[in-house]
Amino acid sequence: MSFLTRRGWISAVVMALLAVLPPVFFLTGNAFYLDLATRLSILAIAAVSLNLILGYGGLVSFGHAAFVGLGAYAVGIPAHHWLYGGLDFLATTSGFVQVPLAVAVTALFALITGAVCLRTKGVYFIMITMAFAQMIYYLIVSIEEYGGDDGLVIDTRSELPLIDLDNPLQLFGLAYVSLLVAMLLVRMITRSRFGMVLQGAKGNEERMVTLGFNIYAYRLTAYVISGAMCGYAGALLGNFTTFISPEMMDWSRSGELMFMVILGGAATTLGPVLGAIAFIVVEEILSSFTIYWHLPFGLMLMGVVLFARGGLMGLLRGRREDGE
Amino acid sequence: MKKLLTLTLAAGLMSTAAWAESVKIGFVTTLTTGAAIIGTDMQNAANLAVEHLGGKAGNLDLEVIFADDGFAPETGKQATDKLVKQDDVDFVTGYIWSHVLLASRKSALDAGKFLISANAGPSQIAGKLCDENFFSTSWQNDQTPMAMGEVLNRQGVKSLYVMAPNYAAGKDMVAGVERTFKGEIVGRDLTKWGADAQLDFSAELAKAKASGADGIFVFYPGAAGGAFIKQYDQAGLKDTLPLYSVFTVDGLSLPKLQAANFQAVLGSRTTQEWDPSLDNAANKRFVADFKAKHGTYPSFYAAQSYDAIMLIASAVAKVGNTEDKDALRAALKAAEFESVRGDFKFGTNNMPVQNFYLREVVADADGTWTTKVVETVFEDHIDSYAAECKM
Amino acid sequence: MDLSLLIIQALNGVQLGLLLFLVASGLTLVFGILDFVNLAHGSLYMLGAFICASLTFLFGNFLWAVLVALPLTGGIGYLVERFVARPLYARNHLDHVLGTFGLILVLDTLAHLIWGPAGIAVPLPHWLDGQIALTETLVIPSFRLLIIAAGLAAAAGLFWLVNYTRLGMLIRAGASNRTMVSALGIDIQTLFALVFALGAMLAGLAGMLIAPITEASIGMGNSIIITAFVVIIVGGIGSMKGAFIAALLIGLIDTMGRSFLDDIFKLAMSPEAAETSAPAVSAMLIYIIMALVLALRPQGLFPPRTR
Repeated sequence: MSFLTRRGWISAVVMALLAVLPPVFFLTGNAFYLDLATRLSILAIAAVSLNLILGYGGLVSFGHAAFVGLGAYAVGIPAHHWLYGGLDFLATTSGFVQVPLAVAVTALFALITGAVCLRTKGVYFIMITMAFAQMIYYLIVSIEEYGGDDGLVIDTRSELPLIDLDNPLQLFGLAYVSLLVAMLLVRMITRSRFGMVLQGAKGNEERMVTLGFNIYAYRLTAYVISGAMCGYAGALLGNFTTFISPEMMDWSRSGELMFMVILGGAATTLGPVLGAIAFIVVEEILSSFTIYWHLPFGLMLMGVVLFARGGLMGLLRGRREDGE
Repeated sequence: MKKLLTLTLAAGLMSTAAWAESVKIGFVTTLTTGAAIIGTDMQNAANLAVEHLGGKAGNLDLEVIFADDGFAPETGKQATDKLVKQDDVDFVTGYIWSHVLLASRKSALDAGKFLISANAGPSQIAGKLCDENFFSTSWQNDQTPMAMGEVLNRQGVKSLYVMAPNYAAGKDMVAGVERTFKGEIVGRDLTKWGADAQLDFSAELAKAKASGADGIFVFYPGAAGGAFIKQYDQAGLKDTLPLYSVFTVDGLSLPKLQAANFQAVLGSRTTQEWDPSLDNAANKRFVADFKAKHGTYPSFYAAQSYDAIMLIASAVAKVGNTEDKDALRAALKAAEFESVRGDFKFGTNNMPVQNFYLREVVADADGTWTTKVVETVFEDHIDSYAAECKM
Repeated sequence: MDLSLLIIQALNGVQLGLLLFLVASGLTLVFGILDFVNLAHGSLYMLGAFICASLTFLFGNFLWAVLVALPLTGGIGYLVERFVARPLYARNHLDHVLGTFGLILVLDTLAHLIWGPAGIAVPLPHWLDGQIALTETLVIPSFRLLIIAAGLAAAAGLFWLVNYTRLGMLIRAGASNRTMVSALGIDIQTLFALVFALGAMLAGLAGMLIAPITEASIGMGNSIIITAFVVIIVGGIGSMKGAFIAALLIGLIDTMGRSFLDDIFKLAMSPEAAETSAPAVSAMLIYIIMALVLALRPQGLFPPRTR
């Protein structure tokens, strides 16, 4: 049991630091670092939800940025119509419409694409998830009403009772609490019978099939949950940037999400969050030194893949647990 | 992890110590990806402006902080946020791309900073999204192709084939030329743009040739411009399908085209609000010093960036501090500086009211390929969206 | 829609298809035999273009530049295999994707540092720079015909290599049963390195052939790599025949879509709607085809018989 406690301690310390440090930065006149922490928390939610299918389910989705982007557009499009008219039934700034819309749209998209993608395996799965993301990318680019390639500028954030998203501290608070909830949710799912089947299928698919489980249905359900959570992250991201662009769905963005999960440690609760923190902080530090920061960044990426198996969590918790 | 955070904390605290006797200008442009060729040119021009000013705007030290937008709106917005919130700049300028400017606009304006575009000119920002703290030293997207449409009318072109990338500025360019061109548009191709932009135009050029048009109008900024010119050259269309372009043939693509000896570009026509051959003292000094330092002619991106720094410096020098926003705004609007375009004035929506010239690609006295002014197409032209601006 | 335009567009489609094949063949070789996903394969295409461009200015001749650039690109491919790919063979595809994703960032930035951001326009010898009139209305640039010829020659050479040489026999054997090949005492590491270098040369050749048309530029590899993956997925991973047919198919469909889709759409909808929707659909077309193929045949059109 001792290593579990150690892991629990690490999680508690990291999450506490993430809760306390950004507001301290803000109150000492470093507002930019609060923004950084908000973006980090939002991307961490996306990474946590990708981890559900990638880490626990063994399904390497290379198109998760599309869910983030769709979620953001679900906030942006109603706001756009509220600001500039057209499609009255959709025009609203209410968060109680926008956020459920983001979740519903992404869940539906995950259901449709997942039904096709999950028929394939291995690299075929990696590439077909990317293909669907590219399709959505080009579809959005072609809709002039919503800015096409230029993206959608929304000068208004979702309206919610009690919290004012225009206040950066409250927006960070929402993102942070959402991240905690997302982590708990994934933890609960993976400890349930459903999660056990999902993880079992990752290790030995045939055995689970022999045991009478409909693996396809389990995976599709996980894919939909993961997509919808990413959609929620997208809704937060749209509110944070007040600007939504198709670039959010680019395949390299999907790659970054994957990297966060692997860097931190796949199939762990804290891993994706650690990965997101490391990713954003390193990117920020390197890019402030040189415009050629992609070079050391790429080397670091390769180094992590080549030498740090199990990601940061693997390093933190020592070698004993490696064989999970 | 803790160490890392302490490190950032220390870095953060250090950079907040504001330097009272200086004026800080944030300059957002593209310094990575292939589009860095444009950003580097702008950076060179901005540095030259600072040098010409002796590093001072009046009594205040002038400091320009460059930031990379990575050719992506979200990155550009983050760069703007950092300049505004962390470096606490007084002005933000640069901006090559419409989408980066639109994404960053709110960050700069909400923080009460002045935002000066040195290139991007999407229609929204000249019209319904205009702002008293936004200024431009470039143009509104439609204006340059509108001038080209007028040129086509004067040259008796009756039918035209149109090509542009499929994104907002591309569509603005097409809309612009169609607004003034009176002949017939016999074909229109919007090609794939973005991270995996289409650079092989064989299918489109074949269609253009088959259409039998009197001329072809294109808009391909950056690397795509060079690619287009080459294929136009290889397809042997120079005599049958004369090329009329905007923002495609410029000070950045010409050295490359000359190195590879793509003769088809010589004699091609393009419209612009500025040209290295414009006859005024500020421009002569700018072009000569730029050439001496970097070995090439400056591009229009460079000229606009130079003007942006000069405009800001003139306003700060006049007011004497960076605190009095109302006085600064009035001083910016007055635009009392030596522009490389000659006289410079703003319209009601803070976009320049300026001339547009027809330029032709020629070889200069040393044999270097450049452009020269053929005629003035528009005088004191006001953009089409000024009326939509409620200010 | 007149016939000569259709023929020209078909030739353009074939040319694009053959370029895609050059990139995709290396990708499918490396994947089929080494079971390695190389996202950075597009960067080798870019390096081929840049090296060839520099050498063209050094030698003053494009063809000499290609001949020298080919082994150089192969050498870079060997280094990539030795230091990045080899340690990753035993890992899963996810690690391959991430490791080579990092490699893309490194190689792109190195190209920026070495050659600057501007990109290089590549001049052609005079005899390649002209036009060839096939009939009175059918005129196409001669260099495009050279690309088609070079692409077909490379495809034929590859076909011969895979089917009629000892190396090809080992490659085919390796693709269907790796353990068997190494059990036969074949130096599997040298074989892998050779295959990787060969793939790099093919991608580099594609870059060299496209450079005189679009110029060598940073990030050019990232636009073709996704399409090349679409090709090998549609064709069936590891299948050379599949890659060839899928490459031509994708090249033709992409070119034809760009050329004629708006005219086709105009039959069914208003001209304005056709003009706005046609570019969107033609950009999505290859992904739609890929999704359709995978929905019907999850292993692609020509899955290799044994694995």
